[in-house]
Amino acid sequence: MARRVTKGRKIVTTVLAWFVGLVIFFPILWTFLTSFKTELQAISIPPVFVAFDWTLENYRTIQSQSNYLHFMLNSVYLSLGSTALGLIFAIPAAWAMAFSPTKRTKDVLLWMLSTKMLPAVGVLIPIYLLFVRFGLLDSRLGLIVVLFLINLPIIVWMLYTYFKEIPGEILEAARMDGAGLAKEITQVLAPMAVPGIASTILLNVILSWNEAFWTLNLTTSNAAPLTAFIASFSSPQGNFYAKLSAASMLAIAPILIVGWFSQKQLVRGLTFGAVK
Amino acid sequence: MRFSMMTVSAAALLAVATTAASAQTTLTIGTVNNSDMIRMQGLTPEFEKAHPDIKVNWVTLEENILRQRVTTDIATGGGQFDIMTIGTYEVPIWAKQEWLKPLDGLSDDYDVDDLIPAIRSALSNDDKLYAAPFYAESVLTLYRKDLFEKAGLEMPEKPTWDFIAEAAEKITDKDAGVYGICLRGKPGWGENMAFLGNMAREFGANYFDADWKPQFESDGWKKAVSLYVDLMTKYGPPGAASNGFNENLSLFGQGKCGMWMDASVAASFVTDPKQSQVPDQVGFAAAPCGTDNCPNDGFNWLWAWSLAIPNSSKNAEAAQTFISWATSKEYLDLVAEKEGWANVPPGTRTSLYENSKYTEAAPFAEATLNAIKHADPSPTDDKPYYGLQFAAIPEFQGLGTAVGQQMAAALSGSATVDQALKQSQAIATREMTRGGYIK
Amino acid sequence: MATLHTKSAARAMMAPAVIVLLIWMIVPLAMTLYFSTLNYTLYNPFSTPFIGFENYTYFLQDPTFLAALANTLILVLGVLAITVIGGILIALLLDQEFYGVNIVRLLVIAPFFVMPTVAALVWKNMMMNPVYGVIGQFLQAIGLAPIDWMTELPLLSIIIIVAWQWLPFATLILLTALQSLSEDQKEAAEMDGAGALSIFWYITLPHMSRAITVVILIQTIFLLSIYAEILVTTQGGPGSQSTNITYLVAQQATSYGDIGAASAGGIVAVILANIVAIFLVRLIGKNLDA
Repeated sequence: MARRVTKGRKIVTTVLAWFVGLVIFFPILWTFLTSFKTELQAISIPPVFVAFDWTLENYRTIQSQSNYLHFMLNSVYLSLGSTALGLIFAIPAAWAMAFSPTKRTKDVLLWMLSTKMLPAVGVLIPIYLLFVRFGLLDSRLGLIVVLFLINLPIIVWMLYTYFKEIPGEILEAARMDGAGLAKEITQVLAPMAVPGIASTILLNVILSWNEAFWTLNLTTSNAAPLTAFIASFSSPQGNFYAKLSAASMLAIAPILIVGWFSQKQLVRGLTFGAVK
Repeated sequence: MRFSMMTVSAAALLAVATTAASAQTTLTIGTVNNSDMIRMQGLTPEFEKAHPDIKVNWVTLEENILRQRVTTDIATGGGQFDIMTIGTYEVPIWAKQEWLKPLDGLSDDYDVDDLIPAIRSALSNDDKLYAAPFYAESVLTLYRKDLFEKAGLEMPEKPTWDFIAEAAEKITDKDAGVYGICLRGKPGWGENMAFLGNMAREFGANYFDADWKPQFESDGWKKAVSLYVDLMTKYGPPGAASNGFNENLSLFGQGKCGMWMDASVAASFVTDPKQSQVPDQVGFAAAPCGTDNCPNDGFNWLWAWSLAIPNSSKNAEAAQTFISWATSKEYLDLVAEKEGWANVPPGTRTSLYENSKYTEAAPFAEATLNAIKHADPSPTDDKPYYGLQFAAIPEFQGLGTAVGQQMAAALSGSATVDQALKQSQAIATREMTRGGYIK
Repeated sequence: MATLHTKSAARAMMAPAVIVLLIWMIVPLAMTLYFSTLNYTLYNPFSTPFIGFENYTYFLQDPTFLAALANTLILVLGVLAITVIGGILIALLLDQEFYGVNIVRLLVIAPFFVMPTVAALVWKNMMMNPVYGVIGQFLQAIGLAPIDWMTELPLLSIIIIVAWQWLPFATLILLTALQSLSEDQKEAAEMDGAGALSIFWYITLPHMSRAITVVILIQTIFLLSIYAEILVTTQGGPGSQSTNITYLVAQQATSYGDIGAASAGGIVAVILANIVAIFLVRLIGKNLDA
């Protein structure tokens, strides 16, 4: 039963909440607006908000300088590929941890997380040399493997916390009925785990999409995703705010839209077992 | 059965793909996102039309990131690039490492002897050319003729730093948004240290003495940096410590700077009505001197963005074909035809400066050529290294950037000039000792 | 018998993930450890004599090492403080009833989807630039002097940028925790005459402690290795005012081409990260009965 809220209080809350929301969102909004300005309007003093001549010129310039679709598709391949690979490895592991926990389960889990604390820069040269040796430089496969590995701990942990909430009794019941392991997973567990897996996929896609160290250092063109795309617009000569804005919007728009549409799903799974 | 069908069709597909690939060579070119390179990218279809068997793949990156990428790649033999855009700092070091292929297969009409001698020698090792210059620059004093007239000043042909200081004071009108002087402040060996290394030379000081001992606490460096910080604090624009070449270019183009000492390549942008609001008011003078008879007449800066082929490239022949095109006389003609003579990449070929169409369209032509001719980067008795605004040793990249950070700290006021120079001396001594230069 | 069977099945199911992570950890780590004992620079990759611990003494004696260590701590703690406190406040606000809840949620969550390089570029150029940046313009409009963020307050600037990226994450987790708090509990407390503040202090906050722990854990993992934001904005300066350990290590590799020193720095960073990890595990152990 929700408590009654007076109208006055609701209006005050509304104003406050919208103010906070807009302040947090402002940098993105401003980038969006700037991407439709001319370079001179982009640096005009005082700044103009919406009363300018909207133009698509910046987007055209950017497309003429680099093939956006190529980078975007690479981002899609890399994030989906690494996520798929991650699920294949993480689902069994998380399942085992959740349903057959041992004394060491927690240690294994924390050890997995601690591998994420290795500073990537410290091992850049070793990895680069390995990539040279195995001919993986600038290949999607190589990057998919790296992205998979750096995100695997997070996936395992997310799935683990999610699986753990599935009551063990249901499994016991299924086992009593003589269901085999395969059946146990496909018929009992999977339907209950789908929301958790869905939000895991989302988070992992976001993390892979935005990863900017390995993607930048291990690719040149064939496998280069949007992080490399944005790197080529970071400081050209002359005025560049409007072009930078357009490139930024192009780099973040796909994931922002996906994220917005699926935010409920994402949020539900994003708790890492923080909420019981 | 189905399996074998699939295998066959997959194999067929693969075969088709490989034949298609072998018919065409794909060149991967790493470059910086400067305007002239972006223009080259835009003109690439012309090259591909003339050479249908070669496809060009551009990797455009911001300068620092590109440098990091190509260095890692070339040092580990990664072979990701067929052509790299590098400068006069890298060429001597990399050529010595045997990382670069000598350019001995340039096209017949390339005319190597037409390259400006100073630039050609900067890109050669043992008389072999290791990189072809795309554009080259020295340093110039750019100033606003209208503001000088208003202040009743006249820019001498060879200004001194004393005069520059006096002029900066007279021109500055902060209420009107006019700052007497704009200089680089953004830390980096290729950013603020390029300017400061050059300025220190104008006060007779080098990075290292004959025994490789760093010179940051020498008289020349003290004078140069003190004056630099003093001028920029009093007469410079706000946020100067994060202004690099690009930022100053926009400030000058918006009419906010009275004077600007920087790369001569800036001249073609600030006189271009499309990019500048003060195209007709820009004057050009020599780089200032801080002492009598200052070395190289003040021109202590030489740089050429150049195209080179790493040894690990598997498409060296096609790469030489591309380089021949991109640094040829024909390319200059092509740019002139599309964008006008004033916009061709400057500083590389003698014939360009003998072309009256260019000298008429580009008021800065003579000043640029003069500057490049004076800038002699060769080692001397008191300067054991090659280079003017940089020292062509591998250690300089890291050391220069760390020292550049100290200079930015001095400029932003979080350290005094003396503290910054003392710290710089300590950093440099540490690195040079580790590098084995100082025993 | 059955448990034994499940146990070995469980082990088999965990094995692939554990093994690939072990390889991913051990191979680069072993190589790094090995390189850290060599005089190995990119400019002389064919002669790499063994030099023992020299790279370590060199790295640890770096005049900026202590500053970088302090900066790393300030950066992590600063961002944690802003995101946790800000997250709690915003979560409390969003938990209220108001018009347009769904849209405000979308606005608040948005920064989480922005890639770090883009976030840093946008903040550096369009928000914090002293001349054209929106913040500077705003300050001038209300009669204050614009701030040159990247040079006057470099570390704070980076903290702000990173906190902006992580605030949505903290807010969302804390909000979910908040929403799972039963109204009955709060109502019961209200009946007992407890004020809003004491309800927050004695009921809401303890209820959220688990969520706060998770936020701290996950964020710390990512915050220790902040790199892109510094590279794009201040490049560690002016001086070394915004250099963290990760950036210092990266400098050795990318700027000096000194793989030996970078590897030693990498190992030092791993040790430091492990010290942090031990603290975190303690924290988790108390708050997160796995």
